[in-house]
Amino acid sequence: MILTLTEAERQIALGISVAVALGGLVLAAAGTQDTMEVHGWLILVFGAICAIVVIRDLWGPEPPRSRLESYYDEPIKAGIIASMAWAVVAMFVGVWVAALLAFPDLTFDGAWASFGRLRPVHTSGVIFGFGGNALIATSLHVVQRTSRARLPDQLSPWFVLVGYNLFCILAASGYLLGVTQSKEYAEAEWYADIWLVIVWVTYFVLYIRTLARRKEPHIYVANWYFMAFILVVAILHIINNLAVPVSLGHAKSYTIWSGVQDAMVQWWYGHNAVAFFLTAGFLGMLYYYLPIRAQRPIFSYRLSILSFWGITFFYMWAGSHHLHYTALPHWVQTLGMTFSVMLLVPSWASAGNALLTLNGAWHRVRDDATLRFMMVAAVFYGISTFEGSFLAIRPVNSLSHYTDWTVGHVHAGALGWVALITFGSFYTLVPSLWKRDTMYSPALVEWHFWLSLAGTLIYIFAMWNSGIIQGLMWRTYTEEGTLAYSFIDSLRAMYPYYIARTLGGLFFLIGAVIGAYNMWRTIRSAPSSAPVEGDVPLSAATAVARG
Amino acid sequence: MDISHDALVAFSKSWGLFYLIGLMVGVLIYTFRPSNRKKFDKAKQSVLDQDDKPWT
Repeated sequence: MILTLTEAERQIALGISVAVALGGLVLAAAGTQDTMEVHGWLILVFGAICAIVVIRDLWGPEPPRSRLESYYDEPIKAGIIASMAWAVVAMFVGVWVAALLAFPDLTFDGAWASFGRLRPVHTSGVIFGFGGNALIATSLHVVQRTSRARLPDQLSPWFVLVGYNLFCILAASGYLLGVTQSKEYAEAEWYADIWLVIVWVTYFVLYIRTLARRKEPHIYVANWYFMAFILVVAILHIINNLAVPVSLGHAKSYTIWSGVQDAMVQWWYGHNAVAFFLTAGFLGMLYYYLPIRAQRPIFSYRLSILSFWGITFFYMWAGSHHLHYTALPHWVQTLGMTFSVMLLVPSWASAGNALLTLNGAWHRVRDDATLRFMMVAAVFYGISTFEGSFLAIRPVNSLSHYTDWTVGHVHAGALGWVALITFGSFYTLVPSLWKRDTMYSPALVEWHFWLSLAGTLIYIFAMWNSGIIQGLMWRTYTEEGTLAYSFIDSLRAMYPYYIARTLGGLFFLIGAVIGAYNMWRTIRSAPSSAPVEGDVPLSAATAVARG
Repeated sequence: MDISHDALVAFSKSWGLFYLIGLMVGVLIYTFRPSNRKKFDKAKQSVLDQDDKPWT
């Protein structure tokens, strides 16, 4: 992979790696009295490994000029592998924390294995590790194809991908050490946050530079979604993580926001993380890979534009629905609730647009598990956005909030929509990028699909049941006007559902492991003998349809 | 400078509303302008093109 960089780029890459390693050394030296020291050494080792990888090929031959006549896919391949690796690890931790709720002794008396530390490893691992790497990989693939232009250089995509994974490692390892700023989906501490800003701005500039080089005058709508994702996540990340460290030698920091403002900023961030990280970018995937795989243009391009502007501008205001019945001013709560309900319109427009695109290609959905992944993802997108709008209504929220219903809702979106559209996109991309006719085993894709679907359904039905039971038990009063059930009573009632949820999660994990294995075998298999003409997903899809 | 809560509420309830309506009108015009139809039709077909090389 280093050989695809020009000589000048290799030297800069070496310089950056050494600078990162030295930065780690400084952090380790400054934080000797703190958990930050561990992170300092970790960064040092990471930078050193990168430097060694670069040095090994530093004086290798220059890449040929003919490289400019093809797209630059090396970092995309690496991003897909990283994404699947994070998926397996983080979903395993997810099953573990689910089991912890049913069997609390699974901590093995280690502080690092307590629920509070493992849970963010799961959430950040799946959202940022699995989802983030998938978004970086697919966005760089889509922007090149739809702009008909190669990435402007070879170094910055690697900086974005490798630097981003350093952030993910710092975040996940920090949670195990107890380093956290206790903000949902933004637990990583200040030094990791500053690093992510550098990486993310590079990502943004890389995307803009590629678009600026485009040969196709119109910017295809999938790019708009990716662009919104990159831009808004930058804004959200910076504003929510404005914090002052206790000292430069300590991992702990305190946010500059106070009281109810802090809560509002946090949930403005938190809900827009769902909106722009987990929705906009993945809609970008949907609008590109679904038409490609179905071999049909999107049903209505105009509708996709309308839903884009609806989603970007409505979502911005919806965050306050996380703070119903709190100290937040009533009108702000109402504002969040109203925008959340209105969001149903652009959300269903996108889901409907995807399903209507498939209208006339249902035989392909039946025969091709990859396309079925995308179809079911669109259905779950519709279901979870309807549920989200419903849960945001204040009186409904009074029943659902703080219960497992919320957890079920998140997983309907995360498993059913985000993960399934990602797997569908990967199964389209992997044979295409590695120049193979099909996946190693179409049967294993089927297994992955049905395990994922069964796991998701078991999970969300368990959480719907437990959530509503919890909510009702917490608000049931006796004739004397006291609460009928203690909290422990409601916890005991959850026991069977927690076991069911662990089982559902386990199904989903097994599916992801099968998917990773299948992709690995595809990558390791012999390249197809016939020279591949054009975009492979199309021929792959027809091959499956024929077969 | 002292900004009262009521002033902020009034600002959000008026200008917040107007700029969203303005945005909506702008988006609707862009989406349904007849001269854009050809561009959009081309865009939605072009992703299905089989060539996998950058244009030069």
